[in-house]
Amino acid sequence: MRDGRRASEPSKASRDVSADLTAGADAFPRCLPVGDRALLVEFSAAIDRRSHDRVVQLDAALAAAPFDGFVEAVPAYASLLVCFDPLVVGHGAVEERLAALMALGAGSRGAGRLREVEICYDDDLAPDLAAAAQASGLTPQDVVTAHLSGEYDVAMYGFAPGYAYLAGVPEPIRLPRKQAAIRGVPAGSVVIAGPQCLVTTLAMPTGWWIIGRSPTRILRGEDADRPFLFDVGDRVRFRRIAREEFDARETP
Amino acid sequence: MSEALLAVGFAGPHVSIQDAGRPGFMRFGVPASGPMDRASFAAANAALGNPPGHPAIEISMGGLVLECLSGAVTFVVAGGGFIVEQGGRKAGSWTIATLRAGERLAIRPGHWGSWTYLAFAGRIEVQGWLGSLSTHALSGLGGGRLASGQRLSVADAELREEREGAIPCPVTARPRQQLHVVPGPQDGLFSAETVAAFLAGPYRLTDAYDRMGVRLQGPGLPLGAVLDMPSGPIVRGSVQVAGDGVATVLLADHQTTGGYPRIATVIDTDLDAFVQLRPRDAIAFRAVTPDHAVEQARLRAASAARYLAAIARPRGTFEQRLMGENLIGGVVDARPTTEETGADP
Repeated sequence: MRDGRRASEPSKASRDVSADLTAGADAFPRCLPVGDRALLVEFSAAIDRRSHDRVVQLDAALAAAPFDGFVEAVPAYASLLVCFDPLVVGHGAVEERLAALMALGAGSRGAGRLREVEICYDDDLAPDLAAAAQASGLTPQDVVTAHLSGEYDVAMYGFAPGYAYLAGVPEPIRLPRKQAAIRGVPAGSVVIAGPQCLVTTLAMPTGWWIIGRSPTRILRGEDADRPFLFDVGDRVRFRRIAREEFDARETP
Repeated sequence: MSEALLAVGFAGPHVSIQDAGRPGFMRFGVPASGPMDRASFAAANAALGNPPGHPAIEISMGGLVLECLSGAVTFVVAGGGFIVEQGGRKAGSWTIATLRAGERLAIRPGHWGSWTYLAFAGRIEVQGWLGSLSTHALSGLGGGRLASGQRLSVADAELREEREGAIPCPVTARPRQQLHVVPGPQDGLFSAETVAAFLAGPYRLTDAYDRMGVRLQGPGLPLGAVLDMPSGPIVRGSVQVAGDGVATVLLADHQTTGGYPRIATVIDTDLDAFVQLRPRDAIAFRAVTPDHAVEQARLRAASAARYLAAIARPRGTFEQRLMGENLIGGVVDARPTTEETGADP
């Protein structure tokens, strides 16, 4: 860290370029400093599949070859946060390392694992199914069929532990959020808004459309082989189950 | 091995079990949690002779009252200027004493500070989550919040009378109103005038203050254009600006991602002292380069290590205690702790 300019100057320059809306995609990827112990690698200013592929690739490359002082990485739609120990390494050295990894990693995004999530669409577990059908000009059965037809990408986690944002809600059932949030929505609720679907893990208010309930646990407890069902980059399919099966799975 | 059994007579809001936290799970939506003021928490454990990261009770301005039903255990209270009443004695926080069966321990806010730490010479028996006893406020996962009527068992309770007495309160533990920030990562979404207004301030903390963050009051920070930004990662210290132009500093139990831009990031070394401010206290931000921030982290880590090593020595006799305090004179607040808390010694 002898060269005091190294860490901040390139980032500052790229920010200025990005502020100019005519600059286009040439400004990406870019590394932005986040406080004293992280860098944010931004791949795009919008959500798109290609940017997310690059997030997943860099995340995997970093996990395979972490640098000294690497603490953790946090993947999101279009950016990857890289946290480091400032007692070991600084922004400049980390940025160089990330640039080297990105230069190597033009390969394809791994396929990710396919995970299955069970869902029951019974009326009392799906309080917004009828309204979602009405809002999309479909029957409730059409909404169910459309929801089951989707193959979803685990784009990122956020909001609360185990809240995995699943991208890929089929076009006919992409709806804006509801006008008002509902309180006390039970854990396991399957909710949709726009292109995103989520299986809730805690009782929580939500303004998303509640179209079913799942007995599949995303927070699996710390004794499980994986404490969280999904990794970012995995794919998810929903499988419809009957009420009897839902009830049997919910009873410990 | 002996056990001390405690009953919670009263616990204010946001009183919870915390250890060093659970870093490494942000990718699953789980922030590290852990103490709001990590430096005071570390001081508490070092002074009592506990290993670093030993689980403690984080006490908010709501306060805590415990009764010792059976057994005896030496305890420490460090952080803020709280008032500690126990067995007819009254002291300020930054103190070590022994709690015995039949005695009541009451910890309540004094003249300054928002958080204090109560640690025992023994193990609080509570459930962990993902390898840590730290409580995540939103979910309640981890060791948990304390509630009136609850009982707590402290296993392997020890008496460490050679450690009893006052702990020197370092100047770095006092509330900090000048906060160093590294601008960005999304300062580019604001006009230059708005970034300048943010740095000019002044801002104040509001009552909307908990373990997730604290909302600020001050100059509005309008977004330059219609906001259409993909949700992105957040760190402890992120200054996030919501759609209404109001800034929030995100803290120990922050959400791990968010869809609002982060105009700046408070450097980690300033956060422990920042959280000891109270609602309506004024703050000002000062921009520093990332390299300066890293340098601060290294300097602070070195001085913290010296302080912790010094207070970790058992005090033993009064003479030995004076010696120890002389050795760390440079980092210790000259004023006596009890005077600051307003408590009678």
